[in-house]
Amino acid sequence: MVSLRSMTGLNRENSAGVAKERLQIILALERVDSSGSAPGYLLELQRELVAVVSRYVKIDVNDIKVHFERQDACEVLEVKVELPERR
Amino acid sequence: MSKIVVITSGKGGVGKTTTSASFASGLAMRGHKTVVIDFDIGLRNLDLIMGCERRVVYDLIHVIQGACNLNQALVKDKRCENLFVLAASQTRDKNALTSAGVQQVMFDLAALDFAYIVCDSPAGIESGALMAMHFADHAVIVVNPEISSVRDADRIIGMLNKTTQRALEKREPVQEHLLITRYDAGRVADGQMLSIEDVQDILDIDLVGVIPECDDVLAASNEGMPAIHLEGTDVSGAYGDAIDRFLGMKRPMRYLKNQRGGYFKRLLGSL
Repeated sequence: MVSLRSMTGLNRENSAGVAKERLQIILALERVDSSGSAPGYLLELQRELVAVVSRYVKIDVNDIKVHFERQDACEVLEVKVELPERR
Repeated sequence: MSKIVVITSGKGGVGKTTTSASFASGLAMRGHKTVVIDFDIGLRNLDLIMGCERRVVYDLIHVIQGACNLNQALVKDKRCENLFVLAASQTRDKNALTSAGVQQVMFDLAALDFAYIVCDSPAGIESGALMAMHFADHAVIVVNPEISSVRDADRIIGMLNKTTQRALEKREPVQEHLLITRYDAGRVADGQMLSIEDVQDILDIDLVGVIPECDDVLAASNEGMPAIHLEGTDVSGAYGDAIDRFLGMKRPMRYLKNQRGGYFKRLLGSL
C-alpha cells in the first residue's frame, strides 16, 4: 500500500496541508487583483486609450499595451503605445 | 423590518439549496415568519427539496412581471406553519430577474410581515447570483472543506463587499456567516481534508455551523423533505445549532466526532 502511494507521488498523509498552502498563495494574489487598486481597470483603461489615440493616429487595439507591476510597496503602471510604421 | 439572508457559495453542488431549505425551515420552526426564494432561474430545484413542486403555479418571474400578485405565488409549506416558498421560473429567460423587480418583491414581502427572507442563490457569479445577494443583510456562505469550494467562496465574499446594495450605499457591510458542509471528521483526522480551522484561517469570517457528511441528506431530498426534519440525525442537530447561533445564541460545536472509527473498524464496516 505504502509503496503504491509513494509510486503515484501523492502525499496522501497530509494532502490537506498542501491544499491550505496552495489556497493561501492563490488567494493572496486574487485578493490583490480584485481590491480595486490594480488590474480591475486595466482592460477598460486600454480600451479608452485606444479610443483617444485613435482620434489622432490610426492604431490597432493591440498597439497599446497596458501593464501593471507590483514589487513590495512599489507599483508601476506601464503604458506602451506602438505607432504604425510610416509608409 | 424583514431581514434578508442570502445562501451563497460560488461553487455549485456544495449544499446551497439543502441549506436554504433547512435554514428557512429552522427559522420558521423557531416562530419566525419566513419565506424562501429560489433565484436559480431556469434550473429551479428548491421546490423539489421542499417537496412542494406540484403546488407551484406562479413563480418569482410571474410576480416581477405582474402576471400574478405576490400572495398567489407564495406556496405554503406543508410542515411549518410560518413558512412559504417562492419558486424560480423554469422556463423564462434569466434576464427577467431585474434589480428593480427584485427590490419590489422584497419590499412587498416586508409589507406582509415576513421576519426573514431567505434567498437561495444559483451557483456562479453571474446576474442570478448577484441579484440573490444584492439586497442581503446577512450572507450564509456555504463551503465544502475542499480547495475549489474555498477559492470560490473567497470570490463571493469579495463580491458581497463590493457589489451589494449595502456596499454601494456604503452602509454597514453584509454580515457574513461561514457554514461548512459535508465535513468528514475522519478524513480531517487523517490529514486528507481541510479542517474547520484551515477554512476559517483562509476565509476569515465567523463560523455559524458545521454540517457533517451524512447519507441521510440524499434520502431526505429524495423524499422532498428539508434535512432539518431528519429527527435524531447529526445533520438535523447541526442545522439546528447553526440557526440558533445565527439568531445569537451560544451553542457548542457538536457532531464533529470521527464517525469512521479506526482502520480496523473501517475494514470491518466495509465487509
